[in-house]
Amino acid sequence: MSQTDMEQTAAEAQEHNVKQIKGILEMNKGARFRTWLNICARCGLCADSCFFYLAHDKDPKLSPAYKIKTTLGEMYKRKGQVDREFLTQAKEVVWGQCSVCRRCSMFCPFGIDMASMFMTARAVCNSQGILPAGLARTKQNIIETGNQMAVSNEDWIETCEWMAEEWGEEVVGLNIPVDVKGAKYMYTVNPREPVYYPQDVGMMAIIMYVAEESWCVPTKGWDCTNLAMFCADKAAAAIPVRNMYQAAQELGVEYILMTECGHAYRSGCFEGPYFMDIPGGKPPVKVKHAVQLFVELIREGKIKIDPAKKLKERVTVQDPCNVSRSGGLSEYLRELTLMLCDDFVDMTPNREYNHCCGGGGGFIPMGPEYKKRRMASGKVKADQIKATGAKVVISPCHNCFDQLNDINKEYKLGYKVVSFKELITEMMIIPDKFKPQDEDEEDAGANAESEE
Amino acid sequence: MYQLYEFLRGPGAWIAFTIFFVGLAVRMAFLIGLSKERDKVLYNHFDWSWAWRSIFHWLIPLGSVSFRQQPIFGLVFWVFHVGLLALPLFLGAHNVLWDEAFGISLPSLSDKLADYGTMVVMACLVFLFIRRLARPEVRIISEGWDYLLLILVLAPFLTGFLAYRQIGPYDLMLNLHILTGEVMLILIPFSKLGHIILFFFTRAFIGSEMGARREIEGRLGARTW
Repeated sequence: MSQTDMEQTAAEAQEHNVKQIKGILEMNKGARFRTWLNICARCGLCADSCFFYLAHDKDPKLSPAYKIKTTLGEMYKRKGQVDREFLTQAKEVVWGQCSVCRRCSMFCPFGIDMASMFMTARAVCNSQGILPAGLARTKQNIIETGNQMAVSNEDWIETCEWMAEEWGEEVVGLNIPVDVKGAKYMYTVNPREPVYYPQDVGMMAIIMYVAEESWCVPTKGWDCTNLAMFCADKAAAAIPVRNMYQAAQELGVEYILMTECGHAYRSGCFEGPYFMDIPGGKPPVKVKHAVQLFVELIREGKIKIDPAKKLKERVTVQDPCNVSRSGGLSEYLRELTLMLCDDFVDMTPNREYNHCCGGGGGFIPMGPEYKKRRMASGKVKADQIKATGAKVVISPCHNCFDQLNDINKEYKLGYKVVSFKELITEMMIIPDKFKPQDEDEEDAGANAESEE
Repeated sequence: MYQLYEFLRGPGAWIAFTIFFVGLAVRMAFLIGLSKERDKVLYNHFDWSWAWRSIFHWLIPLGSVSFRQQPIFGLVFWVFHVGLLALPLFLGAHNVLWDEAFGISLPSLSDKLADYGTMVVMACLVFLFIRRLARPEVRIISEGWDYLLLILVLAPFLTGFLAYRQIGPYDLMLNLHILTGEVMLILIPFSKLGHIILFFFTRAFIGSEMGARREIEGRLGARTW
């Protein structure tokens, strides 16, 4: 180490807060952590469960046990006396080599919850401001504006009004109710939707309107995502959850309905209550994922699918980790997929045993710096999809959606990625009472099939 | 040699068993007490059915997806654990000692079966040792302790086997057999061998955490096996 390097390290060491690190480590060192850290029998079974390991020619340094041992394990071993250099290296492991998909826990004979341990290692790094820049930016947005993309509530409501107008051309009377007290569902979205994919909001509106469901969007607390969760920043992660729960409680809705997003569901349903220290660990208002609602609507006949419009190409469905393994919705995904296509082939492995697409755990917002790694580890998913021969991949998660599109290009797989709401909107039968009267006659002719 | 034997068989055994039981009890009491304060997640979502299934599937041979991916290891691992528990408990010679000390005895294995069983356990240990060295993903996480523990577990089986077959000096082998057995008992509460109890708790937690916790409102929990 050169003189200047040492000076620099010394300077950084002053702002480096070991006491804080010790505090985080101590707070998490309950019976579970003590037991896990102690009894790992070093059997190596977790290695084969990890897609990072599998995608890199079984590099032993990518096995979950090794990654824990060299990050959190070291932090405990050194009693929190770790410098910034150590944490900077740990950052590349706990964010760059793990998507907290929780698959390894299922393959460990002791069921060690390694994702929780990675999250604690992330919390230590985050406490010293050492985290991927992309995530740090979204966290800042959350702290300053309450949502990850800094969309104002006014812009959100304007997007809803605009979409109701735009899609209203297809369905008479379409509206997006705002802040309806006592509605059954309060619909929450990923801020990507108002920013990049406003049509998603329109599609959901059509489905809810045609199904004649009692629903609304809130003016605040409409962001169900939680990227601060992947920063492992408890205080920041509590912000969007609190906003959402509060909005739902003020409106007195029965359910918080969530768009097709994986980590939002994990946050709202499972982790959120712990960010807010809610006794009992359950959300104050029940949370429902869009996929579950879609299945219920079609089962109950509130939405009817036109059999002639069902997909003819081969279809597979992506099990987002936070929807299937950590959300328990895997059977809904299959039931819904079968309602919408004729040729469905499942990936192997699937359901709770699925592999992460490689975009989870904060990877997508971690940005271009991590893209190369994301593409390399996405090979496992690419191979899985290739083996199905599917031309259409349905993804009920925004992060998976992006990653599946990226690996599609990277590995030249030639499939199309769609969301469930997109398919349902295309295939549903619009009852006559909602069809525009005037245009009916014009559209009855040869132009009926053509796009506008 | 005989004095040592007398000590190991008498006070030594009592000390070892006391440390074993009290040590485990203290460790468990400490962890349970701590968990009430810091591991609320365990109590919030605990579910007997998921806990039991999560334990059961890892107790039966190749009961988990994980072991089915490495079936040879899975079977060796299972046979090893069965032998490790059954042989010391049900050995005929040990039964005489149980009877002398506590006035109770268990069903006895025939000497011949125990002899073969011991060879199987030792073969399993050699396999586990070689696996630890041979597989890169296992070697990279293995520390001195992991190898030493395998040797420590092997020691009472090897010495017992040699003593029974009267290979080498019998008195020495017998003393070594008792000594290493007692050392192992003493180590259990303070090392990762504590998993003989802790296994049930960690499995119960993860079974409930990934199963029951996700299983409300029409959802299906994830199987951790």
